[in-house]
Order: sequence, then C-alpha cells, then structure tokens
Amino acid sequence: MGKRVGMEVSIAAAEAVRQANVDVVSAYPITPQTHIVEHLSDLVANGELDAEFFCVESEHSALSVCVGSQATGARSFTCTSSQGLALMSEITYIASGLRLPIVMILSNRTLSSPLSIWNDHSDVMSIRDCGWIQVFTENGQEVYDHVFIAYRLAEDRKVLLPVIINMDGFTLSHVIEPIEFIEQEKVDQFLPPYQPLHRLHPDKPVTMGAFALPSIFAEAKKAQEVVLLSSMSKILETWKAFGDLTGRYYKPVETYRAEDAETLLVTMGSCGETASVAVDQMREEGRSVGLVKLRLWRPFPFDDFKKATPHAKRLVVIDRAISIGGPGGPVASEVKAALYGHDNRPDVYNFVAGISGRDVAPSDFIKMVDKAGIEIEEGKKDGYEIYGVRE
Amino acid sequence: MTKPESEWTWKELTVGNVVLEPGNASQYRTGDWKTNMPVLSKERCIHCGLCYIFCPDMAYSLNEEGYFISDLFYCKGCGICAKECPTGAITMIEEEK
Repeated sequence: MGKRVGMEVSIAAAEAVRQANVDVVSAYPITPQTHIVEHLSDLVANGELDAEFFCVESEHSALSVCVGSQATGARSFTCTSSQGLALMSEITYIASGLRLPIVMILSNRTLSSPLSIWNDHSDVMSIRDCGWIQVFTENGQEVYDHVFIAYRLAEDRKVLLPVIINMDGFTLSHVIEPIEFIEQEKVDQFLPPYQPLHRLHPDKPVTMGAFALPSIFAEAKKAQEVVLLSSMSKILETWKAFGDLTGRYYKPVETYRAEDAETLLVTMGSCGETASVAVDQMREEGRSVGLVKLRLWRPFPFDDFKKATPHAKRLVVIDRAISIGGPGGPVASEVKAALYGHDNRPDVYNFVAGISGRDVAPSDFIKMVDKAGIEIEEGKKDGYEIYGVRE
Repeated sequence: MTKPESEWTWKELTVGNVVLEPGNASQYRTGDWKTNMPVLSKERCIHCGLCYIFCPDMAYSLNEEGYFISDLFYCKGCGICAKECPTGAITMIEEEK
C-alpha cells in the first residue's frame, strides 16, 4: 500500500501529473484551478518533472499548444476552470476530432455572469458535446487516481480520445484530504510510455487537421461518435486494471443503499458524499431512500444507469447547472432520455441546486426528497425547479 | 485509396482523419471553382512572366515555346493574371460547360 499523506487536492493532482511523467504542461492560471498550475510550474522549475512548461497568454493557446505537442507524440496536460474553458472551447472540438489523447483537469466553476468564482457544473456543460471522455470525481483520492486512469485510457489505441477529469472547484480543489499515493514503480507498470499511432515528424510526414468536403464530413463524425461510444468497454477495462493494482475500483454509475429503494437521489460530483449522509439519516428514519452517483458523463452510461434503478418509483435528480430555456438541468435531461420508452419508468423530479457554490447540506437533500414527494403526489410528476430560491 | 472520396464509408477513414500520403492536395481539382478562364493572345505576350508571378495558385508554368500557360486543373479563374498583364494579352472568357 502506498503512503497516505494529508495534502491539498490540487497539489495531489499536480503530483499525479508529475508521476504520470508528462512531457508538456500548457496552462493558464484561473481560480480555482490555479494551485495545480502553480505546483506544476514549481515541479518543472525544480527539475522534479522533466517537462516543457508553456506560459501561454490565454486558455485558447493553452489547449492549442497541447494539440500541437500531443500531435508530435508528447504526453500533454492542461487544466482550467469556467471562463478559461469557455475560451478554449473551440479547441476542445479539434482535440477530439484529431483523436489526440490530451488529459485535462477541470476545476469546475460557474460561468459568468454574474461574475462568480464558486463551484458548479455550468462550465463543463457548455462543452458537453465536444467529444471528450468526461468523468466526475467525488473526493481527492479519485482526482489523484483518475490522472493515471485518464492517460492510460486516452492513449489506448482503441480509444485515442482526450479526457476531462471534473473536480469541483474549492469543494475539492482547495481542501486538504488524506491521499494514498501510488508507488512510482506501480504507476510506471500501469501507465507505459505514450506510443502515438500517428505523429508529426519530418521522417514520415502526415497531415493532421485537413479539411473535409460535405461528401465525407458525416462519415468522419460517425467514426468519431462510434469510437466515443465504444470506448465504454475500454473505460471498464481500465478501471478494472486500476482496481486490481490499488484496490480502488470505479464504475460508471455507483450506488449507495440503492438496491431496494423506492426513491433514489441522483448526483454527480462531490455532492454525492453529502447526499450519502442524507441517505443514512433518512434510512435511520425508516425511509426507503438510496443514492445513485454518476461518475461517467460522456459516453453517457445508459445501460448502467438503467441497471442501477430497477425498482425505484421516483428519482430526485440534482443538477449543478441550468439549461436556460430548456427542460431543466442537463443531467435530468439525460436521465429522462435513458428511461424514455421503458415500462414502469420512475417519475423524475429535477432540482437545480448548489449553483455558484451555494452550500447544499444533508438537510437540503432531505428537503428536496420531501418536496419531490409532495409535488409528485400532487401530480407534478416530471417537475423541475431551482432549489432554495427566495421568492 | 483508389475509389473516390465520396464513396468511402466511415469505417475506411484513418484515425483522426490523418492524411498519410504527403502532398496529395495536388490531386484536388480547384479548377472546377471557376466561371471565367484566362485565354492568352500569343501575339501580345512579351514573356514577362508577371502572370506566373502573381498567380495565387501557382497554376502558371512555362511551356516549351516560352509562353506562360495556366493549368486549368488548378486555375480558379480569379482574373489576377489578366488584371496584371502589362500588354493586355490575357482575356477572361466564360468557361463552356
């Protein structure tokens, strides 16, 4: 077993990037991601990480550098938050289309306006369809672990897709948690050096990013969608291999006291831990409530989600982002799509909660379950509301 | 691949749509973009080569007789050669279908 160290999660994330032996770090500081970049900058300057550190002038350039460096065959890393992700959004679509296995940590923060530095998922939802594999983490250990998982998965010849590791800003990024470090030999065994399939090199010239006529564009997009969907088997395989190495097994959809539950809370990200406390309290009162946590956001685990909710009569889905003018939150939309057309599908009540870092305590989850129960009884079966708004 | 691009299936594309064969842009017929094509009047041509220099697509090349001739496979019909020709030896005329 590796050493357990109390450490700020951002620093642990940067240490994982060091252990993953990246060749290029290209990032622009933005709250709350800053500590990751700062620590990586220290590691490179101190000679503890043999990598090129690019001080770029914007996030658009940060990811553009990664596209270029990854295309030459260099393992590349970037991280950002909020407005930074919005600025690099153009390049996110290019990285996936070119099948470049870049890894990005996203320290989730709300999108302006009003200007806010606090945590929710509106940043990542703005690039939901960009073609990256997207995972969510619940605590510091999961962030640390997923750096290795992400690189191994991304660089798999059957995958070759970029990966976003979502970690909630401040809630995770700025807290000190016990992190179990993995010995370097084990990391090296799990994550072999990157062997690019194609790379930019004068000895064997290739063209990347050529244009496509309408006569071939749809075929190119179909190929991209198929590879993202079929990466699911490799995602499962990689999590299994990581579990066998460390004893920590991950799944696309994780459940807590959910087996026989009539009502299930559905969460994504760090609020899952708070929700589990609420579930314990409700179980003690004899209520039939469980918890379903989405770890994998893209590709969306439709089958696993259906399997995780076989008996539930009611789902209370917590979204951390608003889809303004749409049917509610993005997670609830996906959940409803996953269940549509199935007999005996549960009612889905959707709360947008904790936007811009507003605290959501265990008591709030209990109130949401209560409220959903009342509303559904009164016939508002697929309701949606922003939780806790002062009228 | 020997068959035309419009017949490729999605399964036949390279990973990331990488073009493995260098320089194959030369196979791309930009000549079918044009409406007007340049026609040279040899009587007026002074062999100065300004058409060759100004052509943005490098469609012009020197033939054995010493005239600069536009390769209509690449010529997009922009008319810059006709505009720049100091003796008015190049005329843009509508291309026949």
